[in-house]
Formats: sequence, structure tokens, C-alpha cells
Amino acid sequence: MNKSKTKYVGKNVLRFEDERLLNGNGQYTADINFPGMYHVAFLRSEISHGEIISIDLEEAKKLENVYDIFLYDDLKHISPIISKSNMKKYLPTKQHILCKKRIRYLGEPIAAVVAKNRYIAEDAISLINIELKELEPIIDTINASNETKNFVHPSLKTNVILERTFSQGDIKDVNQNELISIKKIFKMGRKTPLSMEPRSYVCDINKRTNELTLYSSTQVPGIIKDAIMTYLGINGNQITVIAPDVGGGFGGKASLYMEELIVVAIANKLQTPIKWVSDRYEDLLTTSQGFEEIIEAELLLDEKGNFISLNSNVYGDIGAYSIYPWTAALEPMQVAGFLQGPYKIKNFYSNVKCITSNKPPTGPYRGVGRPAAVFVIESLVDMAARKINMNPSQLRLNNIIRKNEQPYKIGSGIVWDKVGFEECLRKALSLIDYDKIKTTKKWEGVGIATYGELTGIGSKISVAPGMPLNTGSETSRLEIDSTGSISATFGIASHGQGLETTLSQVVGDHLGVTPNSIKIKQGNTSLITHGTGTYASRSAALAGGAAIKVSKKARNHILNVASFILNVPKTEIDIEDNLITQKNSNQKLSFPELSRIVYSDMQTLPIKLRKPLIFIESYDPIFGASTTATHIATVKINPETFKIKIKNYVVAEDCGKVINPMIVDGQVQGGVAQGIGAALFEEMKYNENGQLETATLADYLIPNSLDVPEISISHLEDFLPNNIGKFKGMGEGGTIGATGAIANAVSDALKHLNIEITELPITPNKLYTLIKNKEKK
Amino acid sequence: MKTYNDNNRLKISFKLNDELLQKQVKPRQLLSDFLRFDCGMTGTHVGCEHGICGACTILFNNEPVRSCLMLAPQIDNGEITTIEGISENSTYNDLREAFKKYHALQCGYCTPGFLTTIIYLLEKKQHLSDEEIRKKLSGNICRCTGYTGIIKAVKEVMANRFKRSIND
Ligand code: FES
Ligand code: FES
Repeated sequence: MNKSKTKYVGKNVLRFEDERLLNGNGQYTADINFPGMYHVAFLRSEISHGEIISIDLEEAKKLENVYDIFLYDDLKHISPIISKSNMKKYLPTKQHILCKKRIRYLGEPIAAVVAKNRYIAEDAISLINIELKELEPIIDTINASNETKNFVHPSLKTNVILERTFSQGDIKDVNQNELISIKKIFKMGRKTPLSMEPRSYVCDINKRTNELTLYSSTQVPGIIKDAIMTYLGINGNQITVIAPDVGGGFGGKASLYMEELIVVAIANKLQTPIKWVSDRYEDLLTTSQGFEEIIEAELLLDEKGNFISLNSNVYGDIGAYSIYPWTAALEPMQVAGFLQGPYKIKNFYSNVKCITSNKPPTGPYRGVGRPAAVFVIESLVDMAARKINMNPSQLRLNNIIRKNEQPYKIGSGIVWDKVGFEECLRKALSLIDYDKIKTTKKWEGVGIATYGELTGIGSKISVAPGMPLNTGSETSRLEIDSTGSISATFGIASHGQGLETTLSQVVGDHLGVTPNSIKIKQGNTSLITHGTGTYASRSAALAGGAAIKVSKKARNHILNVASFILNVPKTEIDIEDNLITQKNSNQKLSFPELSRIVYSDMQTLPIKLRKPLIFIESYDPIFGASTTATHIATVKINPETFKIKIKNYVVAEDCGKVINPMIVDGQVQGGVAQGIGAALFEEMKYNENGQLETATLADYLIPNSLDVPEISISHLEDFLPNNIGKFKGMGEGGTIGATGAIANAVSDALKHLNIEITELPITPNKLYTLIKNKEKK
Repeated sequence: MKTYNDNNRLKISFKLNDELLQKQVKPRQLLSDFLRFDCGMTGTHVGCEHGICGACTILFNNEPVRSCLMLAPQIDNGEITTIEGISENSTYNDLREAFKKYHALQCGYCTPGFLTTIIYLLEKKQHLSDEEIRKKLSGNICRCTGYTGIIKAVKEVMANRFKRSIND
């Protein structure tokens, strides 16, 4: 392909996924049934911390059509799940497949009931008599970190299972007397990813071949397959993990779950298909949660507005277990990692503690660590601007890392390179006409957030620090079969991103065929030797890179074959619109013709050109692509109800080469919607008794159509990374920028009251309390 | 001691996507489960089972209802339309095309519920402002799209249908 021209990449190709999904023909895991299938329901802990004294199954087992009930002892051959890390000072936790004795979070599975249908299984659960001893729940994060007696894992003798310090420069050398200090304690409330499709697993068994197939609403079929081998001892060639249509994930479906292993173990044991579909209550209780942090932070600057140092302590509440495979390091370490943002700050110090509590494990949630980091640093910047009476946009521009200063290594060790921080900031400011909309009106405000992130990361950087898992490469296999039809297989697992469309755009361009003639296969472990899945804004960059490499390889081989058939040099041949043509002549070959000659015609080609048209390539970008965006939000607060309304919202982002602008905009719009939820609505509230106060969608509020405005989005494609397709990841950025922009806009709207937001979400209730407390003083 | 009986059945007749059916149903079965498992209409999705998300929305006697909040026997003598029925109706091709064009769906899990709610609005020949459309759709939750694409799609379809109705 001529380098400068792309026919499909960069175009709004309509999604191939849409037709089936619009017509009710999508197939999600819960839609899958098999003859003779049994259903599982779980008896779950109704307390957060305690011990099982006794369980009596007698009544439950007597119920008609209850086939079996599994307790820990029945599955004790499955060794406890341990998420490994090579980080120093890391204490791994042991998670039993079902509670053995100790209960560590509300909703932890204790027994698995197998019955004819879900209704009966739930009947049986209500007939189980269980006696528990309650222990004092460990809920408050800071208290948990200081605890000397009450531990989530007594054998570890601490609740701090990982601690790390980052530092650069020496704060002792700085004369602090001459500096202005902005020091605050920030709090980010716990969230749940809340994909609309609850987690679900169905395991089918083929008794003839002795093969198991797990249909799972997972983002990471490759990781699940490996875990099944590790923990259940089932060989890789006897288990297939398929992620069919998956109804959103956002990180909540990117980890291994006990239910997933149990469904497979029971299907294998009973030799019958088994199904478990989470209801919303179970999903809220047990899907990995995100973002719970307390961050003490201090920004020092001189009076001219130059940032001098940034010091922080991060207390990350990781819940009851270190999640598999990402570990407890995932979220809290990223907070520190990205805290400095896009600014030049010579002195940096951060101490991070990962703290266990009697809450569900935290895992990846869209943005991972960065929504909290951006909230903190961007709030500090605005607070500093108020203090020295400088325009917040100017203060940012004073300190931002410019193009000619890159590569730039920030205090946590991250290197920013080829990224348009300043350019995105300026673009966003002009998009919204910042200086004009800046208002002195009460109850109205505008807030900026600008950030940096690393996406599409290769093997040199771990998605979670210290995690011994290769997330840095992707493989693609391109095949042209005997009929001339083309398919390309990947290890990723699309769950709303439209990768069936975007990857076919990439292959289409590089092979010379139309996207709709390519079948993209993904989300199925039996189709590819290794792959992990879709998470961490990696699929477009990594799978896109593999797609380019494999398409080029295929194209080159096809040209060789065609050159023999047409008897002209390769350079004289072109492939476009599914036709292999001799330039400046009307000699042509179609793909079906080519295939017929390769596979079925035993005369035309020499043996070496008759080999099957199968091509495999892997791609590893080694490092990652730096990317950035600036978000600016304007808000208006109703002084009577304290409802916060977002009026305008702009995003200027640098996501490298755009494969499909429509899809990229959709990711930004959807990401911002989740960021609005994180900033204004969403919080998983555990009270001091360890009970969840937000266990329905009436209590855990997520944004609806009245809460999310239309976002104006602008893409900068000037800063292209060193990876093969020049793609950067962009799945998470929307959520990352929103927390800071909205918090700042709300603080600005409260300027007449001198109230600064340091806790998210900022709900009408919390706002009311803040204002009342202020008035009292 | 609690006792349970899963063996009772009630006989009901109803129309499902224009087809007259008679079935034996369990009195306690949720309508959403009945449609999905006993009738094979898996396009009706279940997102919360407590009436908030709207993913399970179907038309019952031409009104949108949440099938997770009804029991199967309640549809006796009634008429049900699910997404499978809607998909066969070419009157709504414009809506489906607009959903594609404005990227009004990502994972697609909420989509059948949205389409059902929207079709009800279209049938009432409403021509609504952006804000009104947002209000009418606020009972359906989408976690992926941030709603903009959905609003744009509905707006365009309503505008075009309105134009056509004036010209007719
Ligand atoms: S499933 Fe019925 S409203 Fe959510
Ligand atoms: S498209 Fe995924 S929930 Fe709406």
C-alpha cells in the first residue's frame, strides 16, 4: 500500500456489530442454554467479617430437583488463588474458591447450589442453616492501615499488603519558607464498574471429546483459560473460553472470578452443562470495585507560579483480596504514578500503601488510578491559582511539559514522549472560549483538567506494576481459505469497542480489500495460541499493530504468487478492492481465483507457492504511547436543591492516528459519562457495620440521559507515537479527565463561599453539608 | 419450616410478536425469564431485575413495560412485542439506520430496551425537543454511550417522520 493513502483507516465505517445487536440477535452469555443444563446459585455471606461456625444443608438437599450443594471441602483440591507480584514488600493474599472458615467481605460465596433452575436453587439457599460468628468489620481505610490487632488476613499480621515510595529530587534542598504551600486531604469514593450485562458464565461439556467450553462475560478469555489450567488442572487443549457478545466491561470483567472457576469445576465434576448468571445485587456486591483512595497531598510553588515540589501519601483501599491477576498494586500505584500529571516538578515524593479491608476486592475500573490522580493534581493547581490570583489556564501553561522538553521523565519514573500536552490544553481553551466564559457569577463555574496517560503498552511496562504476565503483545493470524474468503483472528475480546469493525478497517487498508469482506474472529481461546484480552486501552494499538504486520506479510506473499501466475514482476501488481491487478493492463485475479490456483489446481504453481495462505504475526510495541487530553466543564448549581448540572463540556485529545472517528468519539463521550458518575453520583457506601447502603440501582446512581451533556470533541493527530500503526489507546481517557474538570468547576461555582471540593463524588447531600458547615463558622 | 412448590402451572394464552400462543407457566416466574427461556426471546435483556435500568422493556398491549416487574401469568389474553418482533417490522428501518449512523450503541445490551421505548414514542407521532427526548429516555440506562448518539438518532428520525407527515 502506498504509505500516504488510507482508504478505510480514518473513516467513519459503520459498525458491523450493529445489525445483530439492533435486531435482538446478539448472543450474550446468559442467552446461551444447553440441553440437560443445571443452574447454580450461591449462598453468600450476609456479613463483612466473621467466621463460619456451622452449615446445615439437610433441609436444602431434600428439596425436589436440587442436585448437589458444594462447600469449600468439596472443592478443596482447588488451591487458593494467589495473585503473584515481583514487587518488594508485597504480601500476597490467599483466596479460597469458597469460604473455608473466615469471611472477608459481604457477598463472599460460601456454598454453590446446583438445581434444575435458578428459582429452585434460590429456594434451596433459603433452606440452608448457617451459623456465623461476627467479627468487627475493618471498613475505614486509615484505621485499617494503623490496625495492630484486627487483620483481614491474620497470618499477614498487617492490613498493609504492599507499600512503595517514589521519590525524585530532594525536598530538603528546597527552602520552604519562601514557597506557597497548598496542602489538602482528598478522598475518592469506591465505585463499581456496573456494566449493564451482569457477569455470567455457562460451561458446556462434550462427553465424546471430553472437552469443556466456558462461555464467559469476560474481557480476558486468554487469562481465564490460563487460570483454569493453573487452578483446575485442565489441559489447555481440553478447555475453550469464549467471550460471546459481552455487555460492557469497563474493567469489571477483566479479572478472574471464583464463580467462573466453580462453574467449570462443577460442570467437570457432574459431567453436565452448568450455568450461573449474576443478578444485579450479586453483581454490585461481588464484581471488582474501583478507586477507593485517600490522598494527602501538598504542592509547593513559588509566587511566580512555578511548581517546585509535590509530596503525597496515598492510602489505597484494595478490599479483601489482592485481585487476580492484577494484584493490589494496580490501582493505588497508578495514583502515585500519574499524580504529577503533565507538569514540570523537580521534587516528587509519594508513599503508597495498599490496604486490605472487609470490602470486595478492587480491580481495574476505567481509568485505573488516574481519575483519582487527576482529581488531586488538577484540584491543587486550581487551588494554587486562586491563592496566587492567577488565571488557572495560565498557571497550567507555565508549568506544562512542552514538546521540545520531551522525552521527560516525571518523579514516578514515567517518561512522557511525543505528546501534545500544551497543544491539547490550548485547543480546549479555544474550543470553549475559556476567557469569555470564565464567570464571577455565584453558583456557576468552569473547571479545567489536563492529564497524561500511557496506553497501548508493550512488554517493557507492566499493566500493573510487578505483575508477572505478558500483556504487551498481540498476535494475529490471517487466513485466506480455499474459497478465497479472508479472516483475521486475534486474542482480544471486544465488548462494545467495535473492534470487529476497526480491525477490519486496518486489515482492509493493508491487504487491499474491503473491510466488509473480512471476518474478524476474536474472543475465543481455541482460535489463537496466546492472547489475553481487551483492557488497559490496548486493543487498537496492539491488535492494530499485529493486523498491520500480518496484512503486510499476507500481501507480500499474494504478490509473489500473483507475480508467478500473471507472469509479471511483483512491482507491476497491485491489490485493491479485493482484486489483484496488473498495473496498466486489464489482467486481473480475484481472491477466489487465487485460492483455487493455490489450493486446488495442482499444475500452475510450483510446490513452494502452493502452501496454505496462513500468516501469523505478533506485535509488541515494547514501550507505550504517551497520550493526553484536556477536559473543560462548566457547571451550574441550583442553590435550593444543590443539584449540579453540567452545562458545557469540551475535550481536546491526542489519540494518535484515529482509526474510526465515530467510534473514538463514542469512547470519549461514554468515558466522560462514567467520569461524571464518578464525580457527581457514584459511591459504594459501606457503613461501619460493613453493610452496603447502595445495593440497588435506586441507591447506586449512575448518570442517565438528563445528566450527560453532548461533549464537543477535538482530536489532535500531530503527535504520532513510535508504534507501527501510530495508534494511541483512547478507551479510558474520557473517565480520567472528567473527575478533575468537574471538581474544579464545582469549586469555581462555590467561590463566593470559599468552598473547595476535596471529596468525590460531590452529591447534593454532601454539598448541602459543606455549605451548612461553612455557614455555621 | 419453609416449603416450596415449583410444580404449579397456569395455562395462559397471549400474542407474542403477532403469533397466538398457549403456554403453561409457573405462577412465580418473572415475565422476563418466561420470554427469554420459555419463548426463546433472548433479545429482551435483564440488567437489574428491579425496575430501574429499562433493559427488559417490552411492549405489553402496546405500552412499554418492564418485563422484570411482571409475572408471566399477567400476560394472559394480552399482546406482547419484543425486540424480535420489532426487528421484523420494516417501519423501523429508519430508526435502526439512525442508531448505526450516530453510533447509538456500543455493547448493545441496553439497545433493545431503548428501541422499544423509542418505538412507543414514534408510534405516538411525537415530535419532541432534545430536552424532551432526554426526559422520555431517562428511564433507560446506558453505561456505554453517554447517550448523545441515542438522542441524535431519535431526533433525526422524529424530524424526518414529522417532515414526511406534513408532506403527506
Ligand atoms: S431488568 Fe427490568 S428494569 Fe432493569
Ligand atoms: S450500549 Fe452498552 S449499555 Fe448501552
